[in-house]
Parts: sequence; structure tokens; C-alpha cells
Amino acid sequence: MSTELPLYHRPAHELSAALRRGEIGTVELARAVFERIRAVDEKLHTYLTVTETIGMETAAEVDRLLNRGEPLPPLAGIPIGIKDVICTRGIRTTCASKILEPFVSPYDATVMRKLHLQRIVLTGKLNMDEFAMGSSNENSAFGPCRNPWDTDRVPGGSSGGSAAAVAAGTAIAALGSDTGGSIRQPAAFCGVVGMKPTYGRVSRFGLVAFASSLDQIGPLTKDVTDCALILNAICGHDRYDSTSADVPVPDFTEFLIPEVRGLRIGIPQEYFIEGIHPEVETAVRRAIEQLSEMGAQIEEISLPHTEYAVATYYIIAPAEASSNLARYDGVRYGYRTPNAEDLIEMYRKTRGEGFGPEVKRRIMIGTYALSSGYYDAYYLKAQKVRTLIKQDFDRAFEAVDVILTPVTPTPAFRLGELVDDPLQMYLSDIFTIPANLAGLPGISLPCGQTREGLPIGMQLLGKPFDEGTILRVAYAFEQANPYHRLRPAL
Amino acid sequence: MEFEVVIGLEIHAELKTRGKLFTWTANEFGGEPNTRIDVITLGMPGVLPVLNRKAVDYTLAAGLAMNCKINRYSRFDRKHYFYPDLPKGYQISQKDYPLCYDGWIEFDVNGEVRRCRINRIHLEEDAGKSIHAEGRDDVTWVDFNRCGVPLIEIVSEPDLRSPEEAIAYWRAVKEILEYLDVSDCNMEEGSFRCDANISLRPRGSQEFGIRTELKNMNSFRFVQQALEYEVKRQAEILRSGGQVVQETRLFDVERGVTRGMRGKEEASDYRYFPEPDLVPIEIDEEWIERIRRSLPELPRAKRLRFMEQYGLPEQDVIVLTGTRALADYYEAVAQSCGDPKAAANWVMGDLIGFLREAGRSIEDSPVGPEALAEMIRMIQDGTISGRIAKEVLEQMVATGKSATQIVEEKGLRQISDVTQIEAWIDQVIAENPAQVEQYRSGKTKVLGYFVGQVMRLSRGKANPQQVNALLRKKLDQQ
Amino acid sequence: MPRITLEEVEYVAQLARLELTEAEKRTLTEQLGRILDYIAKLNELNTDAVEPTSHVLPIRNIFREDEARDPMPREEALRLAPARHDGYYEVPRVIE
Repeated sequence: MSTELPLYHRPAHELSAALRRGEIGTVELARAVFERIRAVDEKLHTYLTVTETIGMETAAEVDRLLNRGEPLPPLAGIPIGIKDVICTRGIRTTCASKILEPFVSPYDATVMRKLHLQRIVLTGKLNMDEFAMGSSNENSAFGPCRNPWDTDRVPGGSSGGSAAAVAAGTAIAALGSDTGGSIRQPAAFCGVVGMKPTYGRVSRFGLVAFASSLDQIGPLTKDVTDCALILNAICGHDRYDSTSADVPVPDFTEFLIPEVRGLRIGIPQEYFIEGIHPEVETAVRRAIEQLSEMGAQIEEISLPHTEYAVATYYIIAPAEASSNLARYDGVRYGYRTPNAEDLIEMYRKTRGEGFGPEVKRRIMIGTYALSSGYYDAYYLKAQKVRTLIKQDFDRAFEAVDVILTPVTPTPAFRLGELVDDPLQMYLSDIFTIPANLAGLPGISLPCGQTREGLPIGMQLLGKPFDEGTILRVAYAFEQANPYHRLRPAL
Repeated sequence: MEFEVVIGLEIHAELKTRGKLFTWTANEFGGEPNTRIDVITLGMPGVLPVLNRKAVDYTLAAGLAMNCKINRYSRFDRKHYFYPDLPKGYQISQKDYPLCYDGWIEFDVNGEVRRCRINRIHLEEDAGKSIHAEGRDDVTWVDFNRCGVPLIEIVSEPDLRSPEEAIAYWRAVKEILEYLDVSDCNMEEGSFRCDANISLRPRGSQEFGIRTELKNMNSFRFVQQALEYEVKRQAEILRSGGQVVQETRLFDVERGVTRGMRGKEEASDYRYFPEPDLVPIEIDEEWIERIRRSLPELPRAKRLRFMEQYGLPEQDVIVLTGTRALADYYEAVAQSCGDPKAAANWVMGDLIGFLREAGRSIEDSPVGPEALAEMIRMIQDGTISGRIAKEVLEQMVATGKSATQIVEEKGLRQISDVTQIEAWIDQVIAENPAQVEQYRSGKTKVLGYFVGQVMRLSRGKANPQQVNALLRKKLDQQ
Repeated sequence: MPRITLEEVEYVAQLARLELTEAEKRTLTEQLGRILDYIAKLNELNTDAVEPTSHVLPIRNIFREDEARDPMPREEALRLAPARHDGYYEVPRVIE
């Protein structure tokens, strides 16, 4: 299979097996990834902070444990990068923002504690759109990340660094966060697998909040099996997160069976709209056909309120963001303007200088939507439409087991292409936003390439807490196709 | 024109939970600055709140004690404003669905019963403290120890009709919270403070006048002064045909006046919305019943009962029910000794006095209620006299020993031996012929003198009733 | 009639404590106007009888027990502060 690929291009489950068989060493693997970072990251800029010292220490430790024959968890020794929106104790956590540039987190996010229990090799903190706001990674205060398939193009966003790193081999796997598609869209643009779990599945404690009712942490991986492995490590109830669901977590690898016979797959007509790129539509339709041939039952369904999702999202997310970002005031941590005479001036300048244009735009929209006299017309209205969107899915899932859609209307666009047109940029999230509004799990996996060689992704949405079924469909599709084995030439 | 005063109070009371409202750090007053902090208190990026159950229980107890209805569905909202002692840029509070609403309490003003309706009681987090930097006017210092401490806000309806009434209401609320043991209500430490809304209207008018708000007061005296000042100020404005400006005013303690707050008058736009990091609270009948069952008897009910059950005058009852600990103490003594009046006199009078001298409170009294009851029983059965008892009690407070022990050790047992007493009487009569003459010529008042002399000889231990009876007998006989 | 005026943008920026340049204000007025125009799409829907969703999960009554654990060492917190003084955080003076 892919054994001829360099170590940094191989999926975690293969590497994990090779480590256990003694075919490779953890230090050797870690070194390969850190060397890969040195080789290509100047061009790609997938990382904001590389943690080679810490990573190599863990690698050596895992080797010692392996040599002693100690039983180790599945992700032990696997080099994993973390989106810089997740707090890592003792390591800079900037959210790609000037306002948090000096911030070294004094604590670990719950997911980090869980990954450290697995003894992962932490490679560093990955590039992203500032505070996870954006669809292109161009909103990083420290410079954009680029798409490894075509460095003139964006890797998507906001978890652009995570997706690009996994595609380029600067990480074996990564964590991202998804508020309106921020894992799934860059996964599609970079040709990797990305999952947004059900809201409440993964603890948000230590995830720097963008929109609290929509945010969810999830994995970006080279294939579906790795996705299941990481989910196994990070899911579960957390008493530090009130919105974390106390539901049993299955062993997700048990769903990895190449069999879809009898499963009902819904195809929402509203997701095949005018403006969708023809090659994207073709690839997704071909995937549907293929699954049908494999024995899945394909059903036309309707999600009638889809067209309202973007408008709904662009009230709720900025409103919550304007509130969540109020804490960056230059008082207790982070950036403070050097030139302020009094407190109000300190606030205004710190925030004016510390936040980038997109973040300011969202703070403005959100503050406006919540301000006196507008709450009912905007925020409350959006929450009501959110109910309608959720009800669409409830109804649809009475008839089908999963829903299959494109991830994005187009493949990766060029840097600078949409930067001056925020509304157009927002509209590119149209297929991923509804799952966040409804709290549903969604996976993005590669299902083809354009003639130019750009990855195309498809999305599978599942019922709440039924990540298992979408993993199963994704795995079956993946095993019948070559896309997860393609790697960009860099 | 005659004006009617209309006052409503917003009372803030910190709850005495062990931990803070949304995190684990200790809820304790004082300490070095910024030593009661953690990542949640400081609003670090990525942290989330989890609600302290006890704080909800305490709020429900306060609500039930104040005859409130309980919202079966309650939730938290974010209230936004920027201030250095508010780490997140918002305070987690409750807007549309407070835990408790629509209540009332009754209280007494000059012997009359008044009722004030309570609009709502909600739960929120306290802020930290901004401190004026000593010797510098270009900076402010911030301490987050208090930040995140659970706070209830008790909002009254504008039912209060005078500063005096407002104070009486405020005291009544304080007393209830103290009885419930949910708040220290320590005004000096700022754990019990209030904002007041005050307006005037022509007597008989149904409409409210324009009000001003007095912020953050934590002394009964200052509130009364501030309200009285406002009544005068607003009346003068209205009489001269002017209009009261709706604004927030601060009380200047030194000059005894209120003044408008400058600058901060950017109309508040708090941008409330439901706190997405917390989930709603659903309160069922069982929960409410559990809290209801745990409620102690409340001060006013206790007062009425004490008057009726123990036949005590109102003034005594007010003293004895001043705190729940004192009332419980008194009641234990009364029940054990079987003489409520004696119990009241000993508790209110000598015990409290001795404790005060020893710098102690009723809670840490070295004399338990049973020990005091034992002493009272010793008076009842004639073992000691009331006068000796005073001395015994003083010793009990000082040493913690029982009355029996002290009486035995010091030989204070009352002497009722007729032969002994008669011997003393004979001696006194023999030594005071002049007084004997007076008595026999009809000046029976001098009997007291004789009693005193006998008691002196007995060192206070002679049974006074017996001394009296025997003296009369001897003097009348001869 | 524009959806949002320059004055409103200034008011909102003041509420959010964001200093904006004149150019930023103009751009934002225009961009926010277009975004709000788009959002107005929601008014096509009659939602009078619809309950708002603030939580997608039907989770209720999540509590922590009342306990007091060790605080964070002060130095760990204060070393992150842009300015400090003697155990306090320091900020430019508050003008009231």
C-alpha cells in the first residue's frame, strides 16, 4: 500500500503499528516530521509555533517505553499538531491574533490533557484565521498559510494550517475547530479527512471561544481510520464544560466496516444549487452513484430552510463572538497598547490595534445585533430560524441515516480572490454552516480532484451522536477509492 | 405641595458558599490581593463556567423565605460592560428568567406592620475590586479575589414610602438572610450592599415621578442620610417648578450630600443574551420542597411565637431574636429551666454583658444553654440566691466551669439553716439598738437595713426570703 | 435608506471599545450595510410561533459541587499581565 511513502505522509494507524512492530522508532518518526517542517513550512506556513524540543522529548520517552515493552495507547508517539486556538500549557497560544501574541497559556485544554495521556508527540501550534474567523486562512495576523496542492491558493479556513499540515506531512494528524465549517472546508480544500463531532461530544474547555453555541473541536487526518482513532482519544464528557454531553462514547474503530448495504443516504436538493462548481457537482454525484452501487439506498430529501442558514449564522456567530472577545482588554494578559493615558483609551487602542479587520467586522456585526433595540430583530430572530433549520434535519433523519452533500461550492480559491468581498466569502460556507446550527456531526472526505489537480470533498452529516454511521459510510467510500492516498507534490 | 416619597431597593448579598459561583477557588473575604484566583476567575481564553449547586439552593431558600414564586425554568444571561475588575467583559447574571420572582416580606416600622413586594431575586457573579493607587493618579490597581463570588440581587417593588421604612425593610432582609445562614451580610466587608431608587410625587398621585439612583451603599446610616438628602433635594427642585434629572448619584459621606456621577453617563447598553456556556436550570416540585423543608423559622414568625408562647414583652423578644443563634440559645435555656421569663432576663442581661466583656459572641459562648439552665434551676430550688448567681455566671463565662462546680468550689451554696440565720439575726439586732428602736416605733423601712447586715455577715449566702421572714418575726416578737 | 449609518458604526465601535480609523469606519459602514441587507432575508420567514434555540442539546441542570480547591499561584497569573504592581494588576486610571 502506502508503505513506500515517506514517514510523514503515512497515516497514524500505520505508523502506530510500525512503531509497535519495531520497524520504525518514535524519535525517527518525529525527526522526519520536524525535518519536513523545516523543509516546506517556509513556503506553506502551516505552523505558528513549532515545539520541537517538547516533541522530541516525548518521542524519546515513548521509545523508552516501547523498548521496555510497555502497553501504550494507540496515538503514542504520533506527531500531532494543534490548531493555535486550543490552550496548551506553557506554550504560546495566539489564535493567530496580535492581541494574544505574547500569551503563554497557564493551563491545558481538556483535549490536550487527553492527548498527553496518549503520549502524542506535540509538533506545535498550527496557523489559522484570527480567532477562527475566516474561510481562507488569510486572516492570520502572522501571515497566511498556503494550500500544499497549489501554493497560490488558500488552504481554506479557519483550520487552514491544520488541513495543510496533514496534507503536506508537516503533521501526521491535527486538531482543528469548527464553528461554521472550519474543519470540513479546509479538509476539502486540502484533500484530507476532517470531522466536526456532534456539539457536546468533545469538551470545549480550553478551546478559545469564537461562538460558544457552535464551536466544536475535531480531528483532521490522512484517512478515516485515523479520524476514528483521534475521536476515541478526545471524545467524552467533561465536568469542566457544562455543554459537554454525558453520553457513552463507543469505540469508533468498530464502525470501520466497508459495508453500506441497506443504509439510507439522503441527498438534499437544496445543496445542489446554481453557482456550484461543475467539477464539484460531478465528483459528488459520482460518489452518490458509487455508494448506490455499493448497496446504499439513495433518497432525495429536502432541507427547505437551507437558504437561511448563512444569514442566521452571521448573526449568531458574530453576536457570541463580540461577547467572547470582550475579555481581550489588555488588563490581565496579551497585548496592551503602549500609548494610552486613561482606561477607555487603553481599551480602544488595545483592541483597535490588536484585532485584525475580519475580527473587527464580526465584533461590529455582533455588537450591533445585540445592541439596544435590535436584539429581537436580529439575535432572537436568528435563534428562531435556527430552530427551523434544526427541525428540517430532525424531519430528514426520520427517513435517512446520513445526509450526503458537497462541502464547498468550489475547490480552493486563490489567495486574495475573495478578500475584499466578505459577504461572498461568508456565502462559501453555505454547505457547512447548517450542521453547526443544528449541532450535528459532519465529516468531510476527499471524493475527487479537479482537472487542475485540486482536491474535492464531500460531506456526510449524521444524527446527533451518531458519528459512527458517518464514519462507516466514509470508510466504505474511502476503501473503494484512491483519493486518500494522493499526496501533493511540493 | 405635599409630596409622597417612593423608594425601591436593589439589595446585593454575597452568598457564603465554600467555592465561587462558577469555579472552585475559595469564596473568602480578604487575603493578599489576587490570591483567590484561577484561570476561570481571571477569564483566561478558553475557560468555561460550571454552576455551583449550593448557590442555587441558597437563592431558592432566600426566595422561599421571602414568599417568592420559583421559576421552573431559569437561566443565565451575559451582561456586557467594560471595566477592569470585570475580567470577561461581561457579568454572568440573570435577566429574563430569574430564579425567584413575585414575593413579599412583612416588617415592622414603629409598631406597625408594613409589607414590601419583591419583584425578583436573581443570582449573579460579583466583580473584583478596583483600588485607587496610593500616591499615584495615573493608574488604578485591580484585585480579583472577590471576582466570581456568588451574589444575589433582591429587587423590591417601589413600595417603600420613607427613608425610615426603606431602612426597616433593608434590616428585615438582612435578618432573614442571616437566619437562613446563606449570607454573612457583612456590610463593612461589602458582602451586603444596596442601590436605592428614589422619587417624589404629589401626595395622592398614582404616577411615579422621575427617580434618581443611589449606588453601592453599605451602611444603614449612610443610606438613611442619603435618602433623606435626596428627599429634600428633589422636593426643592419640584417646589421651584424644576425637573429631577434621571441619573445615578453617589453619596458623599464626608459632606453628607449626594452628587451626580460625571462621565460614566454613556447610556447603558448591556447587550444581554442567554449565556451559551451554561445550560438552563429546571426546578421541580421536589427540589423546591427540599429547600422549603430546610428553612428555619424566620425572624418575624419567631418573634410572634416568642411573645405568645413565652409571654415575653415585645422589646425583649426583639433583643432575643436579633440573631438566630441568640434565639436558639434563649429557647434552649427557656425550655430546659422551665421559666421563660427568668431565662430571658439572664440571657439578655447578664450573659450578654459578660460575653461582651469577654469579647465573645453567643455562638462561642463558654456557657452553653444547658449550663445556664442549670444555674437558673439552682436559683429556683434555693441552692443559690439570685445575687450569688450573678457572681457564679461571671465565673462560668470566665472559666467555662459549671454552676455546680463553682458553687461547690467557692462554697457559695445558699444557707437556709434557721439556727445559723437566727444567730446572725441576733447578732445584728444586738449590734444595732438604735435601728431596732426605729423599727419598733413604726419605721418599718429599716427592715432593709437589717437584711443587708445579715446578708453581709453571711457573705451573701443566706437565703434572702428566710432572712426576711425570720427578721420580721424576731423584730415583731420582742 | 442605508441599513446602518456612519454614526451608528461609531456608536457600536464605542460600545465594543474598538478604535477605528476614518477609513475603517467608512469601509465598515458600507460592508455592514451589505451584510445586514443580506441578513434581512430572514424577515421572509414568519417565526411568530417558533421557539428560539440557544442550545441544540436538551441538557439541563449541570452543576459543580460546592468545594474550595487551591487557587492558582499568583505569580503564574501576574507574569502574564501587561502591567502589575505589588500583587495587583495595574491599568491606566479610571476616569469617572
